[in-house]
Amino acid sequence: MYLRLSPDEESINDIFVSFFDAECSIEQVRNAEESGFDITAWERFIETGGPGMCLPESCGGGGADLTTAAIVANLLGTYVAPIPFIEHVVAARLLASLDESNANLPLLATGEMIASLALQSLHDSTSAIVPAGAIANYIIGLRGEEIVVAENTTGASPLRNTANLPIARNNFDDAIVIASGEEAHNAYLRAKSEWKALMAVALTGLGRKAVDIGVGYAKERYQFGVLIGSFQGIQHGFATSITNVEGSHFLSSRAIAALEEGADNSAQLAGMAFLFASEAALDAAATSLQYHGGYGFAEEYDIQLYYRRAKGWPLQLGDPGLEYQHIANLCLSKEGVV
Amino acid sequence: MDWSFPPEAEEFRNEVKAFIAEHLTEDVISSTHDGTIHNWEFHQKIAERGWLGGAVPSELGGGGKSAIEMAVMIEELQLAGAPIDGMGVAIVVASVVLELGNDHLKETLVPKLLSGETLVSFGYTEPDSGSDVAAAQTRAVRDGNEWVINGQKMWTTMAHIADYVLLLTRTNPDVPKHKGLTFFIVPLNAEGIEIQPVHTMGTERSNATFYDDVRIGDEWRIGEVDGGWEIMKAALKYERGIAGGQFPSPPLIDAFIEYAQSATSPDGSSIIDNPVVRERIVRALIDVEVCRGFAYNTAFLASEGVMFGVEGSMTKLFASESYKKHSKWFIDMAGADGLLYLGEEDAPVGGLIDEHFRHAPVTTIYGGTSEISRNLIAEGLLGLPRTR
Repeated sequence: MYLRLSPDEESINDIFVSFFDAECSIEQVRNAEESGFDITAWERFIETGGPGMCLPESCGGGGADLTTAAIVANLLGTYVAPIPFIEHVVAARLLASLDESNANLPLLATGEMIASLALQSLHDSTSAIVPAGAIANYIIGLRGEEIVVAENTTGASPLRNTANLPIARNNFDDAIVIASGEEAHNAYLRAKSEWKALMAVALTGLGRKAVDIGVGYAKERYQFGVLIGSFQGIQHGFATSITNVEGSHFLSSRAIAALEEGADNSAQLAGMAFLFASEAALDAAATSLQYHGGYGFAEEYDIQLYYRRAKGWPLQLGDPGLEYQHIANLCLSKEGVV
Repeated sequence: MDWSFPPEAEEFRNEVKAFIAEHLTEDVISSTHDGTIHNWEFHQKIAERGWLGGAVPSELGGGGKSAIEMAVMIEELQLAGAPIDGMGVAIVVASVVLELGNDHLKETLVPKLLSGETLVSFGYTEPDSGSDVAAAQTRAVRDGNEWVINGQKMWTTMAHIADYVLLLTRTNPDVPKHKGLTFFIVPLNAEGIEIQPVHTMGTERSNATFYDDVRIGDEWRIGEVDGGWEIMKAALKYERGIAGGQFPSPPLIDAFIEYAQSATSPDGSSIIDNPVVRERIVRALIDVEVCRGFAYNTAFLASEGVMFGVEGSMTKLFASESYKKHSKWFIDMAGADGLLYLGEEDAPVGGLIDEHFRHAPVTTIYGGTSEISRNLIAEGLLGLPRTR
């Protein structure tokens, strides 16, 4: 048991802190607001080997594990970075697990091609809102028991949305079947769990930064002749928020570890971490926004960027109420629930 | 990060589970429902295993159970709903005495504490000083080689079954409040001590204790005269990870699920099939997983020798506040039946849902209120100005 970053993980973290500092400053995030995607940042990310680092070496990737992806996801959240890291990683890993010799994998490994995952089952529908759907050109989805791929869908129109995300309603009419059967289905579910766990990590980073921003403001803003950070009403709100964010950090980290070792409860923990992190991040951002007073909803201030993403990022999965029911079905069907 | 438990901790977990299966009988659990939160027989079984002494740090001559093994034990005992307050007290007091006590206290107290024969009640709080514990007014005045104690303590829980009280007194009223405090371990059979019951909404019995010209020898003093705050800090240090409180909800969740799986709503449907019920069960289970993260983190920090503070406050705050929320949800979802008192005929799961609802508010108050926890988090973690 070692619950800090190991020295190796620290150095990976340092590398990506430098990357995000340089390429995803808050000014750069704002500049990318219209499309939700910063292509220059992605090109620099390609130079770090980031897009393929968690793909098997046999596919041209870096062979790193999900724990490494989590280090990047945490920073992605901290910087609310406009690059499609999580979608790309989980979709590319899914493809590698289904078909290690797929000709697209080397392109996904370098990041020249961007992959994503349709998070809702497609059933009979021909289109669905997909994370990074406006910029991805390799989208994997689940239709019945079939894994399908929609390629070259970059023509899909971006949709204006709550959080300035590069989402689109992608068409799957011409999607091709790349795998089917129980094993393929399980691989898709595993990818979806990876998305939830990495998103939980990203939301934790987002939540922590949102509290930082608010606390920083409360240490500068005077009202009634004193710093507003000296009011217990404000201190206690922050204390509650940061406690939830810390809880979210531990739970999402455990979910990543469970997925990494293939634990029986990994799908359950990933869903739980996702749900908890979603609420903790939004609570943190909303609390911080509130304590900014009127400036909190002014576009000029950064906290609103965090508030909108705290809702927009997780909602790409669909109604969280359905996820609660899904987890209930997983938990309540077995003995010894707690 | 590595969340895996060392093999010896996993083995120990199995040992604790087997112990619980054998010794945590229905009788033991129900004995704690009549107001006494301690069960001597169960406590002594734990002592026989050497687990009380095992928890005392090895540099103090303890049995060298690791912080992670202790966390595992405390987790399993709480998940099963075992009475562990006495265990925490025994370990904390024995550790403090071994570190800072004189030979008399070490010889008189430590063996009997660790064999589970005796208990010490905590005497910190007073009618006029709760969260502001350093404002204690109970006076101890030196008279030759003796001390004369006068005052009153509140929430001296277990004093009616304990042999001693760890008593916080004021020995110097003329200096800043933290600097005029002295601790004693006072035998509760000393002349001039009166113990009166304080009955609580949650059915636990606590006590108010009164001290009227109580005379004790200087050998019962622990720590320096006016150096009581050091003892308080040591007690808090050893309480970390031992005191429990990280997993109050699981016995309630288990009980509610058992009820919901067999009971029907007024419309005839099964309660467990109600999506609102299912969501709330999942929310409660998620909170328990969050508590695991907090608890394992404090165990890890303790294993690294880190003196953590804020991490403990966050654990306590989250666990108790979420438990209080769960107790409200689950009594609601049992409907009017949820109101039926512990032991009432036909009460859902024997009335446990009612009992948890009445017990939960205790947990956000004792051992540091939620408000004090939030103050400490705001100051210690977020660097906001101290306001008290």
